[in-house]
Amino acid sequence: MKRLAVILSGLLLALPAAAAEYAALPGGSFSSVLPADGKAAPARIAPFRLRTEPVTNAEFLAFTRKHPEWRRDRVPALFADAGYLSHWAGDDALGAAISPSQPATRVSWFAAEAYCESEQARLPTWYEWEYAAAADGQRTDARNDPAWRERVLVWYSRPSSAPLPEIGGAADVHGVRDLNGVVWEWVDDFNALLVGSDSRDQDGADKFKFCGAGALNMQEKENYATLMRVAMLSSLKAANTTTNLGFRCAKSD
Amino acid sequence: MKRLIVLLGLLFFTAAHAATPLLRDSIYQLEVQLTDQDGKTWPLASRRGHVQLVSMFYSSCTMVCPMIVDTLKLTRKAVDEGDRDRLDLLLISFDPARDSVPVLRQYAEGRRLEAPRWTLARAEPASTRQLAALLGVQYRPLPDGDFNHSSELLLLDGEGRIVARTAIIGRLDPEFVQAVKKTLRAP
Repeated sequence: MKRLAVILSGLLLALPAAAAEYAALPGGSFSSVLPADGKAAPARIAPFRLRTEPVTNAEFLAFTRKHPEWRRDRVPALFADAGYLSHWAGDDALGAAISPSQPATRVSWFAAEAYCESEQARLPTWYEWEYAAAADGQRTDARNDPAWRERVLVWYSRPSSAPLPEIGGAADVHGVRDLNGVVWEWVDDFNALLVGSDSRDQDGADKFKFCGAGALNMQEKENYATLMRVAMLSSLKAANTTTNLGFRCAKSD
Repeated sequence: MKRLIVLLGLLFFTAAHAATPLLRDSIYQLEVQLTDQDGKTWPLASRRGHVQLVSMFYSSCTMVCPMIVDTLKLTRKAVDEGDRDRLDLLLISFDPARDSVPVLRQYAEGRRLEAPRWTLARAEPASTRQLAALLGVQYRPLPDGDFNHSSELLLLDGEGRIVARTAIIGRLDPEFVQAVKKTLRAP
């Protein structure tokens, strides 16, 4: 029986991976929690395509086989911290404890970027991600609906020790799935979200580094759910990995 | 025969030296290409062997970036004359869309940043983001063409390790200067 399972899983792995699906999003003017000019300007988002699902464990395993420099036993510490893929059973195996259809997590920004490059894609920008995640099944921007916020916040309260759901949630109006409710996701400009403006009135040296709070639109309390993401992403370094942080890729149109 | 052994040994030695693996914390592990103010393109790792000050900037920045350049100049001047010529300076643009080679050259000429001591460079957008992430520099484009960005000077040793960094801009950071002097004198 065990041998059969091995043969079957071998067969499964031998099958060519289905090409990732991307959905086209029209973009446009979008009122972000991070005003484009630090005050109130809406973000302008060019049409782009977004992966309909986060990258899964199975897909990431296939990637590390094709690009062994991203195996956890080979990746330089500069590009991924010690937690990188540490929940896998082996350097080259997922093991039985995790599912191939769960989103890939414990991946660094560098690794996520390299993966997307292997799909001739890139990580989405924060604006692209926030814009996509504002949709629900009927509307492109459902953020004013208390039910939308409720759903996001309920997910935040799920303990991080709980097993990750598998992908395959309901598609939103764009045909994208699982933006809210499964994992946090890397964005291309994760480390630039709270940077202050060009600091034209510097007197103290430390003010050069940050004046981040000014870049946030705190007036709208409803933004709280989204701001939590901004805060989480901003706390990370590009080599960091966490149990609940995965990614999906995007392409410019 | 003996000559052959010597020759082989020489060959082996040369090859071994070229292939000395990069240290685990060397930023030269990042495979990106940079293009400098002379239009030459080279891998980041070709800077190996040089002690250098690195910062990121964009040429149309009128406020902080000139101060970054001034602070680099000040820091270089604070180094003893005998060591000064072994200190290289690298400015990488985070505005590759507008900072073309001619723009970089013009900026270098305008601010008297002379090659080969000074290198102004650009990279493709994805590489620029990677470099910034590696150097811990943060930037975000604004709708008016300006950038929000953090301003820092970094000190790299010959192996590409980030030895020191400072966010003090506009005047000398004594601790940072000490680190530069020490790194230049390291064997």
